[in-house]
Amino acid sequence: MRDIDAEFTALPLSALADAALDRARRLGAQHADLRVERLVGQSINLRDGAVTGVSDSITLGLAVRVIVDGVWGFASHVELTPQRAAAVAEQAVSVARTLAPMAGERVERADEPVHAGVRWVSDYDVDPFTVPAGDKVALLAEWSQRLLAADGVDHVSADLAQVKENKFYADLAGSSITQQRVRIAPGLTATAVDRAAGGFETMRTLAPPTGRGWEYLTGTGWDWDAELAEIPDLLREKLKAPSVTAGPTDLVIDPTNLWLTIHESIGHATEYDRAIGYEAAYAGTSFATPDKLGTLQYGAPFMHVTGDRTEPHGLATIGYDDDGVQTTRWDLIKDGVLVGYQLDRTFAPRLGLERSNGCAFADSPHHVPIQRMANVSLQPDPDRDTSTEELIAGVEDGIYIVGDKSWSIDMQRYNFQFTGQRFYKIENGKLAGQLRDVAYQATTTDFWGAMDAVGGPSTWRLGGAMNCGKAQPGQIAAVSHGCPSARFRGINVLNTQEEGQ
Amino acid sequence: MIGVGGPRAFRAERGEDTVSVMRPQEIVERTLAAAAKLAGCVVLVRESSEANLRWANSTMTTNGLATSASVTVVALVDVEGGTAAGTVSTSAAITDPAQLQELVAAAEQAARGAGPAEDAMPLVEPECDDPTWDEPGAATTIGVFEKLAAGLPDAFAGPHRHYGFATHELMTVWLGTSAGVRRRWVQPTGSIELNVKKADLSSSAWTGASTADFSDVDVTALAADAARRLEWGARKVQLPAGRYETLLPPSSVADLMVYLAWSMGGRSAQEGHSALAGPNGPRVGERLTELPLTLYSDPAAPGMEYEPFLTVGRSGEGVSVFDNGCPTRRVDWISGGTIAALQYSRAEAAKFGTEFTPGGENLLFVGGSSASIEDMVARTERGLLLTCLWYIRPVDPTTLLLTGLTRDGVYLVENGEVTAEVEHNFRFNYSPLDVLRRTTEVGATQRTLPREWKDWFTRAAMPPVRVPEFNMSSVSLGR
Repeated sequence: MRDIDAEFTALPLSALADAALDRARRLGAQHADLRVERLVGQSINLRDGAVTGVSDSITLGLAVRVIVDGVWGFASHVELTPQRAAAVAEQAVSVARTLAPMAGERVERADEPVHAGVRWVSDYDVDPFTVPAGDKVALLAEWSQRLLAADGVDHVSADLAQVKENKFYADLAGSSITQQRVRIAPGLTATAVDRAAGGFETMRTLAPPTGRGWEYLTGTGWDWDAELAEIPDLLREKLKAPSVTAGPTDLVIDPTNLWLTIHESIGHATEYDRAIGYEAAYAGTSFATPDKLGTLQYGAPFMHVTGDRTEPHGLATIGYDDDGVQTTRWDLIKDGVLVGYQLDRTFAPRLGLERSNGCAFADSPHHVPIQRMANVSLQPDPDRDTSTEELIAGVEDGIYIVGDKSWSIDMQRYNFQFTGQRFYKIENGKLAGQLRDVAYQATTTDFWGAMDAVGGPSTWRLGGAMNCGKAQPGQIAAVSHGCPSARFRGINVLNTQEEGQ
Repeated sequence: MIGVGGPRAFRAERGEDTVSVMRPQEIVERTLAAAAKLAGCVVLVRESSEANLRWANSTMTTNGLATSASVTVVALVDVEGGTAAGTVSTSAAITDPAQLQELVAAAEQAARGAGPAEDAMPLVEPECDDPTWDEPGAATTIGVFEKLAAGLPDAFAGPHRHYGFATHELMTVWLGTSAGVRRRWVQPTGSIELNVKKADLSSSAWTGASTADFSDVDVTALAADAARRLEWGARKVQLPAGRYETLLPPSSVADLMVYLAWSMGGRSAQEGHSALAGPNGPRVGERLTELPLTLYSDPAAPGMEYEPFLTVGRSGEGVSVFDNGCPTRRVDWISGGTIAALQYSRAEAAKFGTEFTPGGENLLFVGGSSASIEDMVARTERGLLLTCLWYIRPVDPTTLLLTGLTRDGVYLVENGEVTAEVEHNFRFNYSPLDVLRRTTEVGATQRTLPREWKDWFTRAAMPPVRVPEFNMSSVSLGR
């Protein structure tokens, strides 16, 4: 395992913790925690093989969170000195005391074992911030040129986002946790313009963002050569493809598309804070309210969905959350029934649970940790390694959908509409060329109830997003979703050209 | 919710001023001095002062006051084949000049890695002295909510459940360039949203407002407006999906027009991959409607002013780091019903033989009648009245077809009156271009808050609009 950056561990972390926690205790806090965070980011963009932007960023700061007489207080600062840490603790206590008269609820939290002096580093080989920007640009430019050289490709955009996140957490109970994780999101989009017909089409690489390092672009975890080689032909075929016939349609959905449907219709719907109204005015609520826990038939009887923050290379994967809770994996939907939520230490007791499942997260030192999404994943068939081809073979007349594109879902997570990168017509159990203008639309429980088969472990893939937003002021989180290929019967397919008329 | 991106960057809280933190003007001058050997340099220092109130279930949840800062350095470097640009930003407190030298070195390294920039242009010369340059950053206080805080308890004491968020930010930016530009600007941005639900959660209503300083926000009136909408829920109806005559209130119109404005990049229209691309080039000059409608951005629009000069941290379609300091100006994107302008950086304008056209940070839609939404309801035989739109995303970029949902109140209008609340929401599929092409009535323009895009865009003035056959593609059971 790689080690934590010396630049981060060289910060006076223990001294900051001692100063902040001691001051908070003296001022009457029953709980106090200090977070020191460093976020290093770099993004690179190319258009038609030429760089449009290389930008680097760094965010560094400390935050103190306290509970005083059952009321939260929070403050943060950029200055990493013990004096400032103590002052910030004092400010946090002051905030708690100021808000006490307006707080309608008293905070109670689940216990957590003390994790003293622990370290955790995510699973990657090459820190992308050790690779010169010029080398990255050269690789993306070469890939862009490969696509541009192909017949029918008129334009290519390439983008690469990289983040390294360091977190130090210490609390009054005695936990002291230092962590580092890396994530990377590369992508290329090819565009074909058909001026004669007055249209254009795009096709983006399917490689998901992932909790890996630079090795992800050099052969580990994704076959870039193979994908870049097939995109021009696929794009040309898509541009000339017939328009879809709208109506109820059997679908086989590839993991490269289904991850996003899981994110929107299960991931957000099983966030406990949404389910009890904390996000009602903004991100929304959830149809899956706590009174339905253990009874709501979410989908087919074999549907098994887990939450975890432990999956290797998962974007939400980390050793300990921002409540100091050691992360884990648990069931959200079992045998098709809602059985769990994503929780932090405040929410766990409300469900009668003794321990949080570790979903507290803040996206910067200057934001309050809130309950954020774990890696929420649909499990494959545990008994048979059914292939995607076998799922397709079970469809007489339908569509196989690959890759994500457009997405939208209502504020209770009921009604959704998705498009994709590629849509293949299925005729008598076999693929019969691409279609275009496809969107699928459903109500969450109808959709998952219409799932009649999932693929086996060999079809399971991890997808994900770097930019899931929530809360006011807004916070961003990266999250992965694993799933197998899966088959759905009678899903409403739209023709987007007809929709626009 | 997966967002579509936006300019909101990480910023660091600075809290009380400390003697150890360098002044913004000193940061600019020391950074430019450190970059003197380069072909050019742009320095952007931003300080944000932000106050927030958030409430749910009629009780305050998270409130705060934060000041924050960032330094962005754009290094311009002579390389083989031209000039390269590299950007580095930090939110760390600047306490030592050596930090600025490191930033310049990192930006130079990024530029050398990037290679020659296609958008390279000479930096603009200063046009004027900025008399405010030496002033410190502006700060808001929690006191900006004094009037609001006085009104909210009464609202909370009522029979309904209240949820909402109020935010006020003063962002001060100092721009310095190696060409001698020194500009400072204070951008006020404020908004309030009230989401009011019946105690049994059977009906939900939303009102919101965009403001510069909260002096013009009447929370009692906003709460009353939401309560009136809840009363419309006394009778509930279910309606099938389909095409309905629909009255879009200003907030909904804003969300659709803002997306249209974001889609008015000149390059993609020139290259043929945009809904604004026609068979013979950009659709500039194409008439969308016979109504005399104009959609424009104007840095001097009263109450909605924005930076009179460009500040750009990284280049992209329509924007260039080389354009830092260029004056912004009023741009009519649609004029008298005709597509009139697309956005171009100076380099793009030169490449495509057209005029430099900076984007805008406000959007105004004028040319309608003096009718209010109530007047338009009174003239409606049967149709839908919406409250706001949500989760708007592009479906088909060739037509700018957007999807999204109605939220927090859809009402049935019959014979000139609201007669019921629709018991559910609808998913729509519709293009903002078709809103303009097909509208039959446009009312009076008023300041409004685009609910979907408010995290990125609050300064909008829009009219209510009647669309004869708005495509409600399916029923959403979400309320």
